[in-house]
Amino acid sequence: MEKKVINFGYSVTRDRQIDFDANNRDICKIVAAAEPTINLCISCGTCTATCSAALFTDFSLRQIILLVRRGETKGLEKEISKCMLCGKCQLVCPRNVSTRNLVIQISKAITTARS
Amino acid sequence: MTFDLFVLPFFFGLLFLMAVLIIKYSRWIAMMDASDRIKAAMGLFSVNLLKTIKEIFMESLLHRKMFKRNPLLGYMHMSFALGWFLLIVMGNLESRVYSGGHINPPYYPIFLKFFIHDKRVLPFEIFTLPGFFRFTMDLLLLYVLSGLVLALFKRTRSKWFGLHQTTNHKRFDRWVLTSLWLIFPMRLLAESFTAGIYRGGGFLTNTLGSIFDVILPLEYLAYPAWWAYSTMLGIFFVTLPWSRFMHIPTEIILIYLRNAGIEQGKYPGSFSEIELRSCPRCGVCIDVCQMNQAGLTGSTAVYLIRSLRDKQADVQLNLNCLMCGRCLEACPVGIDTLGLRVGARSVDNKLLASDFSYLLKEPVVERKAEVAYFAGCMGHLTPGVKRAMLQIFEKAGVEYTFLDEDGSICCGRPLKLAGLQESASKLVKENTMKILDTKAKILVTSCPICYKVFNNDYELQGIEVMHHSVYIDKLVKDGKLVLQPMDMKAVYHDPCELGRGSGIYEQPRNVLKQIAEVADVSEERVNSLCCGGSIGEISMNAAKRNVIRDGALGILCESQPDILVTACPLCKKTFDSGNAILVKDIAEIVAESMILSKQKVEITAIAR
Repeated sequence: MEKKVINFGYSVTRDRQIDFDANNRDICKIVAAAEPTINLCISCGTCTATCSAALFTDFSLRQIILLVRRGETKGLEKEISKCMLCGKCQLVCPRNVSTRNLVIQISKAITTARS
Repeated sequence: MTFDLFVLPFFFGLLFLMAVLIIKYSRWIAMMDASDRIKAAMGLFSVNLLKTIKEIFMESLLHRKMFKRNPLLGYMHMSFALGWFLLIVMGNLESRVYSGGHINPPYYPIFLKFFIHDKRVLPFEIFTLPGFFRFTMDLLLLYVLSGLVLALFKRTRSKWFGLHQTTNHKRFDRWVLTSLWLIFPMRLLAESFTAGIYRGGGFLTNTLGSIFDVILPLEYLAYPAWWAYSTMLGIFFVTLPWSRFMHIPTEIILIYLRNAGIEQGKYPGSFSEIELRSCPRCGVCIDVCQMNQAGLTGSTAVYLIRSLRDKQADVQLNLNCLMCGRCLEACPVGIDTLGLRVGARSVDNKLLASDFSYLLKEPVVERKAEVAYFAGCMGHLTPGVKRAMLQIFEKAGVEYTFLDEDGSICCGRPLKLAGLQESASKLVKENTMKILDTKAKILVTSCPICYKVFNNDYELQGIEVMHHSVYIDKLVKDGKLVLQPMDMKAVYHDPCELGRGSGIYEQPRNVLKQIAEVADVSEERVNSLCCGGSIGEISMNAAKRNVIRDGALGILCESQPDILVTACPLCKKTFDSGNAILVKDIAEIVAESMILSKQKVEITAIAR
């Protein structure tokens, strides 16, 4: 039986605190070694704003980079494969992040870690 | 006497070489696709065979492309290749004079002067058959030796040969090179010593022999010299299949297969194995590579090919390449350097293996215009180019379908260049459907990257793919567009994918010449420089890209033009960020000059 909770008209959201100690940040380190410009990202979201794939589906490189940095890489493999590598994000990035290589390296690191 | 022990190093070396070559070549033929094998077999019966023989003669013996690059470099290679070839042919004929026309054992012509001392022929006689051969053989030996002297100079004075940077060879290759170099001086010594003893020989060996006879005890030296000559030949033959000199036999096979219509496939196969071994590591690709400017020297084509052949390819290093095709253009052997690199990159081809199912949600719309316009990702990123094209369509009264008005699906070329062929083919499939749905006759694209892949990898039956510069040229020629000259000096930059990649050089220039005075650039057309923005380069950082961009801008602005015109949105965007000169796409400048000639046109797209 589910516990009946009285509806007060509001709910308590799950704790969104990121626990860096619990998360596995190895993938981020592997990616940063192969493509150091990941460290330049300021999460401005310009990449996502211009993204070709994002016009058709829910896809955000900004979010992917954030998640990789946090070590929350579960399910990211499928997510990142939506990228078409067209390179628009690289041309608009104000921080000159090598986004295309970043996508390849993230995909590679996650695939390698899985196998 | 027709045999001596000293011929054995040569004889066994030759047998070993033949055996290794037969094993290697049969293995590659066995590895081939069935369709390629049929093509290879059919090549023997086609007229292309004559073309092949001509090409082998021009390139493998005369080294025509090497001559084009630098006469001294060409002469050096020709003296070795043609000189040695003629020595073998003439030596064979000469030996038959003495054997009454019979075929001799393979070592016999090579060491003929050891076995035959024809005292009837005077040293400087040339008008009898044996005298003619003796003279010619000495002349050919001198010819090869002149090349050897040049080769020695090239070690320290490579600039005389048009090479500013040369290949950094492996130690093994240097050993093999030394054995090759020693073959001919050893032959000269052996023949001269023997000529000195018997007072035989031609103009060269007789003269040297007489001199040596005065100062050296020739009767003790002659026999060891023949051993040394034979040993050098033996060493060279035994090491050849694993050295860069494997290009000597393999290049001939490569030329034959290429003329039979076999191409580098998507993934490494036997054709790429043959290409890898056809590379002589001459280093011509090093000077033309712009990556050197950025200090990235390790991934030049010659080193990529060597690492692939040695199976020590560095995946990370291979990402460093602009894929501009300058090395492909410069390569005297015509090796598909770009195809090999894409193949090397494709070892990671399981990455990003998306089915791109999200693209399927796109509703299919029936449109009926004659022309379909595809701006491409880069076209969308440079709205000026896109806007200009729409204005041009309006002005020329062309009904068109704006295929990717709401943002494009990538054409697939970036994925392909990254070696991710599987994913690329899915995008190709998706876009092909969209394009065919338009029922258009002409597909105009603003992006040379898309243009190349549409042409090469898409199956668009009945649709003519045109880059916008070609389409504008057509509109102008058909009288649908009137352009008014502007008072300015322009230079035109050939985008890699449009120029070297697709062979379009004239149409954009034709258009531009109607608008502005077009100045020549020192490196243009096939020698055009990459802007540095290349989508083929994956890992280079922005600072290094800027170095390449600025290098190219420096060359383009040498004549101090008012404007730099290009035909690629990506080149435009890259050059523009250099802040050196006004940069415009050919479509933009056309749109401006036609607006000047007539009243301003409202921008409205009719066909939806």
